[in-house]
Amino acid sequence: MVLQVTLTLLIALALVVPTGRYLYRVFAGDPALGDRVFLPVERLVYRLIGLKDPGESMGWKDYAAALVLSNAAMALLVYLIFRLQGLFPWNPQRVGGMEPILALNTTVSFLTNTNLQHYGGETTLSYFSQMAGITFLMFTSAASGFAAAIAFLRGITGRPLGNFWADMTRFILRVMLPTSLVMALLLIWQGSPQTLSPFVQATTLEGARQSIAVGPVASLESIKHIGTNGGGFFAANAAHPYENPTPLTNLILILAMLWLPTSLVYTFGLFARNARQGWTFFAAASLLFLVLLGNTLVAESRGNPALHQQGLAGASMEGKEVRFGPAQSALFATVTTAATTGSVNAAHDSLTPMGGFTAMVLMMLNSVFGGKGVGLMNLVTMAMIAVFLVGLMVGRTPEFLRKKLETQEIVLLAIVILLHPLIILAPSAVALVTAAGKASISHAGFHGLSQVIYEYTSAGANNGSEFGGLAGNTPFWNITTGMVMFFGRYFSIIALLAVAGFLAAKKPVPEGPGTLRTDTSLFAGVLVGVIILVGALTFFPVLALGPIAEHLTLVGR
Amino acid sequence: MVSKAVRFSLVFLVLCGLFYPLATAGLARLIFPRQAEGSLVRAGDGTVIGSDLIGQSFTSPEYFHGRISAVNYNASASGASNLAPSDPALLDRVKADVARWRADNPGQPVPADLLTTSGSGLDPHISPEAADAQIPRVAQATGIDAARLRALVASHTEGRTFGVFGEPRVNVLELNLALRQLLGR
Repeated sequence: MVLQVTLTLLIALALVVPTGRYLYRVFAGDPALGDRVFLPVERLVYRLIGLKDPGESMGWKDYAAALVLSNAAMALLVYLIFRLQGLFPWNPQRVGGMEPILALNTTVSFLTNTNLQHYGGETTLSYFSQMAGITFLMFTSAASGFAAAIAFLRGITGRPLGNFWADMTRFILRVMLPTSLVMALLLIWQGSPQTLSPFVQATTLEGARQSIAVGPVASLESIKHIGTNGGGFFAANAAHPYENPTPLTNLILILAMLWLPTSLVYTFGLFARNARQGWTFFAAASLLFLVLLGNTLVAESRGNPALHQQGLAGASMEGKEVRFGPAQSALFATVTTAATTGSVNAAHDSLTPMGGFTAMVLMMLNSVFGGKGVGLMNLVTMAMIAVFLVGLMVGRTPEFLRKKLETQEIVLLAIVILLHPLIILAPSAVALVTAAGKASISHAGFHGLSQVIYEYTSAGANNGSEFGGLAGNTPFWNITTGMVMFFGRYFSIIALLAVAGFLAAKKPVPEGPGTLRTDTSLFAGVLVGVIILVGALTFFPVLALGPIAEHLTLVGR
Repeated sequence: MVSKAVRFSLVFLVLCGLFYPLATAGLARLIFPRQAEGSLVRAGDGTVIGSDLIGQSFTSPEYFHGRISAVNYNASASGASNLAPSDPALLDRVKADVARWRADNPGQPVPADLLTTSGSGLDPHISPEAADAQIPRVAQATGIDAARLRALVASHTEGRTFGVFGEPRVNVLELNLALRQLLGR
């Protein structure tokens, strides 16, 4: 059990440096592998979209406006596709248009890289919608977050922010499309379908009729993980044998989720011209990740005392697949919430209370590697807050990467870190006191609170996994989670682009003996402390009443 | 900027939303035609019995049974029970299933995977222990010697990938197909 987890993480670690270097070369404008192939294609795309000079850098306002406008255009296109899917081709099951509120929730969900799903893919979407709606947004939402992160890194390291259209184009063409294609072929080799044929009609060995859903599954599955999106082709997500047929595909999916969020931390070090800086942040995030992973591994392999009393020994297999067992399920649950993918290979609602605790805490922290691009932005935000707090203690103006952090930056950073708990806890409170909110909760005890908190935490962190017992497809939940996903995504991206724009315009201050170095193990420790204090303490009361209380009632039986 | 936003969206909708999945489907058809269509299992006359990867319901005592399913092995839907470990409904269900298991398989250990629902509701596998515990019942119902059934289960047990990843497992449909061959059907 420990061996398969350790090996997986070592492979993930081995990918960090080469990928981080490649990303740096592509986005710092250095010559990079593949230029000869990709440059002509990029020029063609620039011509099609009417971009005259891809080298022309934008100010932070223009960069943010381009991000918001392009996302708005995509949202409109995809909303129309969902509503009108009955009119489009590749709809062998003759699925009708999605109803308006669910279509709105689903559009926002995929636009914001959340992939919360209040629908079942096999019954609600046509193949055309799965491709031109879902798969399309999986590329662009991940690229939007990544582009924002690259612009942010350029800004805080004193460079011009860059060109949004060029960053998007280069990331999709050079990184996402080729790797998604190769990964899709690997998944197909292992058994994921990729077809436009209608559902298969089978007659089982016992003579029953079984209608088997198929479709263009593999091409969605690969970008779903590379882009830390998480929305399943099928309702059961990556627990479905067609999405994740073997332990080998499970390994590939886990590596794909960790791949870019971890590598980007190394890229950050290269942008800061100090690889140690990247490794310091990497170490802080890794420490939190490993502790929480250990918690889930222990909890899931110990199992459920209530079932032990009935004679079902060992790990709790409720909601888990036999081919994955407790180790691969626990690892997947931890990775998917750390990297805020939201894909699941086991039913999270049936995880042990402490397994559910880890998943919730990782989404609450939202910076232990985190989602595509935005995870690193959150991690750097925490580091800036840490610098500020240490600065207060010694009475110095805080500096980060040789730039002074002054009032306007600190105000924006403070709003960013306060908004996250606000958009989780405020709607949770509303849900718990309204009939429309309470009607969807399936559990009468402590776990019912966990279901509510989990849903909004997942929406706010743009994760997308759920405690599936909560009946999410109601107007109340579709509208409130839609709003939480929207604010969770765009407010922090715009605010942090502004911070990057402000810092880029400042003159660097020379380092002196009084400068707080941010590339030391001491600072890594401070960073971990700040992430826990600022990120987790706000949530401690609800965690105590939810998963911790449920855990104590179970073990106290 | 609005024009760029619209044109950008259209270009990438065609590239990522249509060209990429359709090209993948084309390649899949060339390189892995069986997997691309869902790894289907066919009878001698070509009719589809099911898929290697998708579990199906077995209730007759002469077959090995799969896990209980929250969607009753409806493969045009999928899903889990989503019952929390502390949910009274989980406990009630398990109590009833354990009682039925003990009645059908007297003296056998209770396999934990068999009496819990999977994440997908379509899990094609059971643990080797869950298969072994059913051997006495299957032997009695089919008249096949228990030793031959043990050999059958052993030859259909798949180990961990590279000896490390995942868990050992038995594909229930494949096992039952082999069982039918033994019965000469």
